[in-house]
Amino acid sequence: MNFSILSRLSAGAALGLLMTGTALADPGLIYDLGGKFDKSFNEAAYNGAERWKAATGGNYLDFEITDGAQREQALRRMVSQGANPIVVMSFNWGSVLPVLADEYPDVKFVVIDSVVEKPNVRSVVFDEHTGSFLVGALAALKSETGKYGFVGGMDVPLIHKFYCGYAQGVKAVRADAEVYENYTGTTPDAWNNPTVAGELAKAAYDRGAEVVFAAAGGSGLGVIQAAQDNNKFAIGVDSNQNHIAPGFVLTSMEKRVDVAVETAFTDGPDLETGLQVLGLAENGVGYSVDDNNRSLLTDEMIAQVEDYKAKIIAGEITVHNYETDSQCPL
Amino acid sequence: MDWPTIISILAATLRFATPLLLACLAGLYSERAGVFDIGLEGKMLFAAFFAAAVAAVTGNMWLGLLAGLGASLSTAMVQGVAAITLKGNQIIAGVAINMLAVGLTTFLGQSWFRQGGRTPPLPQGGRFLPIQLPFAAEIGQIPYIGPLYANVLSGHSIFVYLAFLAVPITAYVLYRTRFGLRLRAVGENPKAVDTAGIAVNLMRYKAVVVTGLLCGLAGAYFSIAQGSGFGNNMTAGKGYIALAALIFAKWKPYPAMFACLLFGFLDALQIRLQGVAMPVIGQVPVQAIQALPYVLTVILLAGFIGKAVGPKAGGVPYTKER
Repeated sequence: MNFSILSRLSAGAALGLLMTGTALADPGLIYDLGGKFDKSFNEAAYNGAERWKAATGGNYLDFEITDGAQREQALRRMVSQGANPIVVMSFNWGSVLPVLADEYPDVKFVVIDSVVEKPNVRSVVFDEHTGSFLVGALAALKSETGKYGFVGGMDVPLIHKFYCGYAQGVKAVRADAEVYENYTGTTPDAWNNPTVAGELAKAAYDRGAEVVFAAAGGSGLGVIQAAQDNNKFAIGVDSNQNHIAPGFVLTSMEKRVDVAVETAFTDGPDLETGLQVLGLAENGVGYSVDDNNRSLLTDEMIAQVEDYKAKIIAGEITVHNYETDSQCPL
Repeated sequence: MDWPTIISILAATLRFATPLLLACLAGLYSERAGVFDIGLEGKMLFAAFFAAAVAAVTGNMWLGLLAGLGASLSTAMVQGVAAITLKGNQIIAGVAINMLAVGLTTFLGQSWFRQGGRTPPLPQGGRFLPIQLPFAAEIGQIPYIGPLYANVLSGHSIFVYLAFLAVPITAYVLYRTRFGLRLRAVGENPKAVDTAGIAVNLMRYKAVVVTGLLCGLAGAYFSIAQGSGFGNNMTAGKGYIALAALIFAKWKPYPAMFACLLFGFLDALQIRLQGVAMPVIGQVPVQAIQALPYVLTVILLAGFIGKAVGPKAGGVPYTKER
């Protein structure tokens, strides 16, 4: 305890020293609700930033908001501390960022999971639908019950995009399959409610599903716990979550937020702005295979999913993107 | 809705009702003794945090439970000193406990475990697992009735059984023992009790101790039985729902059980109804379903229970005449 206080004090002092100098161009990172260590979306950003730190020896500023109203304040504070570029997480910045981007034209911003069309903003979005398609196909190849679960976090278009891709993947393998679509809530608390997410997963298992895909940030931990309790499978999201409960996490729909953050930090204040879409071809999304889940998957299953992946990249299979028309034709 | 779905809803009802029931009975003891307790939520949260923290570090669920009970009990005593001995405002003491609990648990969690206020997931042996009642597998084979026993009554953690066992015990203590008579008297007419030569404040402290222990059980259930580890503000307002149930039940043990079962049922139903097509109306929007428990709470509290009159001396610290 004493040591950590001391180290924090000295870090603060170092920061103070740095700030008395001229322009401090350390990059900044603002996590979203759910928290830095949600083992999912925000933690991926943290890992990317830490990787950059280890590689370059540089420093970065970070901040965890605990309430949506803090967004503007947090971003202004980070600008006033001289951070550049500043990476902000999630789709919730649509109203705050455009205003501040105009106000601070000399600062470069990177927004992940949302599109903000300003000359000094880089928008990074992911093809979650194609990555979800692959884990959906994997779920259908693994379980023959014809019933599959989905537990989303907050009920918003982005999460419907995950669902829609997943359901298409399931049905590509089993056309008559049934997918149970659930969301933990309609407020940002839904990202941090493992109890309800766990109950939703249990409900899906009770109805005959063997695999439940959790696209729910921190709430997803409840789904993984439920999989373990009921001896069924969960699919993780954003970060590789296979290690959380080895043998019970079939795979994880990885969204390489870490790469996006690391790249932004590396590009520095001169980064190229505009829209970046990271899909299967760029390895921006994908499914994870490691020691924790390798024994759950057969070579045939992986071959089949790799085949889907190649076909999606080649354009032979089109996965419908929910966000284009807010519909999910199945 | 088919039979297996109904079975699964009923089982979830018991799981959701358990923390409510424990907290509701906790509130019953203290309020029947004349100490209003808004702080059920805070005590549960402290218990949930310390239970998970100790269970995560030691890997022993019993030590975790003990820590949860201890945390809740000491919080209850702080509240007791403020509200009984120092004659502070009981509502404010409770609200203060709630606010302190939300902030302090996250703060301690972050500085101890560095996982954003969460505790690490519990290791093997750190968590109370479901108990299978005897012959559950055999009886489960009987069509229709069997699953009621095997899947609804059996297969819960020990907290669930304790909570429902606490109901008849509370009823017995409250209406059939000297302790219960005095407890109720202290909440209705403390002056009369004082004249009879019984220490009013001591009685109230005894009630607050029971409240602390029951809240401790409720809190520990959240983090080391239902869940595996503590998450920020994981009690999520259940303490307030328990208070609503207590008023709804007019401060009586058996009605309290039914009120908590009703709230638990609504929670379970809300989860099972999501994405299910209903007869006639089709699929209901998720928002409408999630609002259901709250809407019904308002309707029930406002319209159906009639006049709920609490213990007469409730909320008033007792001052001996000088």
